[in-house]
Amino acid sequence: MTAIAPSQLGHLARRSVLRTLRQPAYVVPPLVFPTLLATVNAAGLRPSTLLAGFPTPSFLAFAMAVPFIQGALFATMNAGTDLARDIANGFLNRLALTPMRGGMLLAGHVAGVVALGLIQALFYLGFALVAGVHLEAGPAGALVLLLLAVLVAAGFGMVGAFMALRTGSGEAIQALFPVLFVFLFISSMNAPRHLMESGWFRALATINPVSYLIEGARSLIIAGWDSQALALAFAVSAALLVAATAAASWALRARMGRT
Amino acid sequence: MSEYGIEARGLVRVFKGGIRAVDGINLAVRAGEIYGFLGPNGAGKSTTVHILTTLLPPTDGVARVAGYDVVTEGPKVRAAIGAALQEAALDPLLTGREHLRLQMALHGTPRTERRRRGDELLERVGLTGAADRKVRTYSGGMKRRLDLALALVHRPRILFLDEPTTGLDPQSRAALWQEVGRLAKEEGVTVFLTTQYLEEADVLADRVGIIDRGRIVAEGTPAELKAEIGHPTVEVVPADPEQRPALARVLERFGELAHISPRSLAVRLTGDELGLVDVVRALDAEGIAVQHLQLHAPSLDDVFLAKTGRTLEGAGAEQPQQLVP
Repeated sequence: MTAIAPSQLGHLARRSVLRTLRQPAYVVPPLVFPTLLATVNAAGLRPSTLLAGFPTPSFLAFAMAVPFIQGALFATMNAGTDLARDIANGFLNRLALTPMRGGMLLAGHVAGVVALGLIQALFYLGFALVAGVHLEAGPAGALVLLLLAVLVAAGFGMVGAFMALRTGSGEAIQALFPVLFVFLFISSMNAPRHLMESGWFRALATINPVSYLIEGARSLIIAGWDSQALALAFAVSAALLVAATAAASWALRARMGRT
Repeated sequence: MSEYGIEARGLVRVFKGGIRAVDGINLAVRAGEIYGFLGPNGAGKSTTVHILTTLLPPTDGVARVAGYDVVTEGPKVRAAIGAALQEAALDPLLTGREHLRLQMALHGTPRTERRRRGDELLERVGLTGAADRKVRTYSGGMKRRLDLALALVHRPRILFLDEPTTGLDPQSRAALWQEVGRLAKEEGVTVFLTTQYLEEADVLADRVGIIDRGRIVAEGTPAELKAEIGHPTVEVVPADPEQRPALARVLERFGELAHISPRSLAVRLTGDELGLVDVVRALDAEGIAVQHLQLHAPSLDDVFLAKTGRTLEGAGAEQPQQLVP
């Protein structure tokens, strides 16, 4: 890493954040929609808490893990769309003509996603506390929850970067949004896996990595310190980040093509 | 160090489907020279620029820019060049000043120098008043000027401008020409300028290379190129249309007849401009009254026509616009 690398990283991340903050359509829905969905689900699915073996008497507390993951999906789409726009309008070529290393572009891109993911996570956490949700893991658990949210945002951010670099099209990335949402809905987002009666749905939720991200976040809110759930959540998010970074780096080399 | 800022030999770039966008180009651009690369859309101008700026590896051939090989010494080439590519690659959500800050940070300009250099460049391209406005509010000319400023942040020795004035109004075009000319003359920057405008190449370039279908078909100073093939044309509109046959007989004595408009007749002189005097004398001697008479100096379009058999405007319509690597 050269001496100017931190400055490059900082400026690229700053640009990424500024761009997003200057587009209300990128800021408001990721804050409002996940919290609204959690609130609606909490109201409609409250009777689920009466089921034997349901882990908490508050469905809102149960549902509050979901916005952390859902918000990261929004960030993925927005950041991926921005990168695709950079490719389409030639801005990526402008960056490629500077001494900046390709890895720095990805790092700057993801740093912006992480910063926004952190802002979103703080908002969700604040919303949960105001709504009366008690965080079983306490203040230290809140920090771990934020750390997990940031790691998930970084992983999904790299997925967005990979898709942008492969397709070069913002429209293609927007079209993939429903596909990613399917992963969210076929997970343990609305019910604990051990209470899912449909065998096929439970099987899909079990092989769906998103379930483990939600369960890790959820464990801090409703259970306290569940080392297995946390280990799985961090392992899945780290694996996602590593795999997506490798894929995005490969796609960047192919896309930039500079000598 | 080589006297040439840009050198290329046998440069080839083949795209998918076997399309040879660049087909054996040789270039030698002296340091401090403005080299105009003239050709229609799809002729291979931008592909050549992409190769020379290290954005695209050549399929074959060698090129050195600022003394460095574009394939094996890409980072050194990039450190020595500035480029404003065909589309003004700007972020509509950032301000002009933010663009400059980002570009300087990526180039490693010392923090203490950034503000001064940014202000200096904004003033030079006439954007000081608009520096804190988002780029999406800029006109096409303002975007082009910001694009040029961004290409200059690190004081490059060689500047690539890919069709910098396409779509600009005459005033913005003239302002950009003035700045490019100043860069070459006062700062000794080598400028490689692609254009499809004859006037731009004629006014700005020290030397012109005419490219068609990936090959350079003519090269020299604008004056040399025009002198090589061009003979002036005299266009005459008779006062009485009935005298057109007589007018044609007179003009035929001085060269090949050409048709410019339905009302006029023209002759491409076999000699230079001095032949105009003889034409006027002959018309007077034959008693042909003239409503309008004009001498057309040879243009680079005449050169293009002579070398390719087509006009620049017509050639653009029949060539591919975009290629996929």
